[in-house]
Amino acid sequence: MSIDEGTAAKVAKLARIKVEPEELPHLAAEFNNILGFIEQLGEVDVDGVEPMVSVTPMRLKRRTDGVTDGGMQERILSNAPDAREGFFAVPKVVE
Amino acid sequence: MGELAKLTIAGARDALRKGEVTAVELTEACLSSIAEAGALNAFVHHTPEIARAQAAAADDRLKAGDAPAMCGIPLGVKDLFCTRGVPGQAASRILEGFAPEYESTVTAKLWEAGSVMLGKLNMDEFAMGSSNETSVYGAAVNPWKGTDGKALTPGGSSGGSAAAVAADLCLAATGTDTGGSIRQPAAFTGTTGLKPTYGRCSRWGIVAYASSLDQAGPMTKTVRDAAIMLGAMAGHDPKDSTSADLAVPDFEAMLTGDIRGQKIGIPREYRVEGMRDDLAKLWDEGAAMLRDAGAEIVDISLPHTKYALPAYYVIAPAEASSNLARYDGVRYGHRATLAQGDGITEMYEKTRAEGFGPEVRRRIMVGTYVLSAGFYDAYYNQARKVRTLIKRDFEQAFAAGIDAILAPATPTPAFALGGMKNADPVEMYLNDVFTVTLNLAGLPGIAVPVGLSGEGLPMGLQLIGRPWEEGALLNQAQVLETAAGFAAKPGKWW
Repeated sequence: MSIDEGTAAKVAKLARIKVEPEELPHLAAEFNNILGFIEQLGEVDVDGVEPMVSVTPMRLKRRTDGVTDGGMQERILSNAPDAREGFFAVPKVVE
Repeated sequence: MGELAKLTIAGARDALRKGEVTAVELTEACLSSIAEAGALNAFVHHTPEIARAQAAAADDRLKAGDAPAMCGIPLGVKDLFCTRGVPGQAASRILEGFAPEYESTVTAKLWEAGSVMLGKLNMDEFAMGSSNETSVYGAAVNPWKGTDGKALTPGGSSGGSAAAVAADLCLAATGTDTGGSIRQPAAFTGTTGLKPTYGRCSRWGIVAYASSLDQAGPMTKTVRDAAIMLGAMAGHDPKDSTSADLAVPDFEAMLTGDIRGQKIGIPREYRVEGMRDDLAKLWDEGAAMLRDAGAEIVDISLPHTKYALPAYYVIAPAEASSNLARYDGVRYGHRATLAQGDGITEMYEKTRAEGFGPEVRRRIMVGTYVLSAGFYDAYYNQARKVRTLIKRDFEQAFAAGIDAILAPATPTPAFALGGMKNADPVEMYLNDVFTVTLNLAGLPGIAVPVGLSGEGLPMGLQLIGRPWEEGALLNQAQVLETAAGFAAKPGKWW
């Protein structure tokens, strides 16, 4: 599998990371290098092998579906780059 | 004053309880060592006010006779741990200015036990790196120097932790290990680093990299100290659903020094092509030390070893791409300055391009690719199946009666900072070749300094234990530590 510049641009878009067009050839080359290394996984016979879900077999614990925490709007907003009137502020989302 | 900072946890605990030293004196000694060690770039956020207040409180507890082992012990904290009100940015520009409003479970437990926080320690950005060079703070520097006098990496990602412990800036430090990030820096600095079984320590409040692999652990001067500190860090936490609901044993009490009759496996697949002579020799010597202590040395096979690194470099980036989606410039950290007409997508894209360094961007995008439609089965599911096989290799060895596995910790001793500048990313990834297998299998592992390389740098060996048997592992490690008698320290140049 070889990644071209178009695929590299698509991956950057999916990852929401801006990549300038002139950087795309280099990025595609890096991807190809890493994927070339990963490719060897294809050699392994995995017939009948389950993909690992959890490294330690365990049943996830359940708890009562109740409110355990809250009432800390100010603390939650304290690290926001832009918070106004008790909300996170972002550029316009809906036209 | 500097002499006090050289104490081990065990030594300081005993001196504190006898009243030979106070926590305040110990803390002041560390603070002055840190003040002199700017050249190491190990501490990146300093918290002397917190340290002095905690030390005074620890002295009160010691006087009252209510002092757990870690009471009054000054520690450094890897920048990955959230500590309330203290800047923490996982060594990334994207978390610039972030001061968490909450405390990680592991650090909360250490403060409850009376430990003292000296500050936050340097690391690779989001724990992605093997040399500390991806840090937004600039690289931490290894206190050890090669014969040519060049500055060396302390390893990564917990490079600041390793440098600080090796240079006696603190008695011990916290680290995290996703693919070797505790054990490789420990091996590079002549210190001890323990990665516990996955689930032994809570991950809550630790900035996530690859959640199915991340595990916190102690970085210390001795194996005994690792046992003491792990006891304070470990335990079930309802806030981390993967933390194990198991009792935490008294690990220190399990250091009996007796390993007679135990079977130590030597995995033949770890004897990789081109292994350095001094490393091969060190490994043989380590095996001989354990044999002399009464253990039986057994050749074993872990046939899927070779596929651990490529599996890791699918699974870890995949999980990272999901975990790091939260850095969007909305709730915390950096937000890019927007141009007229930019919408929310441009805000995400510009913020993440500016905020993440090149290695983090690369791993997020590789992870995005292997999870994308059409490639999910070929890469991600294939890697998870290989992971099952890697774990099975270990299970079969343990089922055959192996108590622990002895292997090298790293392929080389510490290399020069900037020395890998022109290497491609995969060459840097090869640093993790001996460490990454047990993250995939969830097993505990410990790096212990055993000898010096041809160029006079510390080299470590790694012991890999059965799941949840850190006590037995620490005991085996202490036998190795005692037999090796590694006592070399770096000359002070900083």
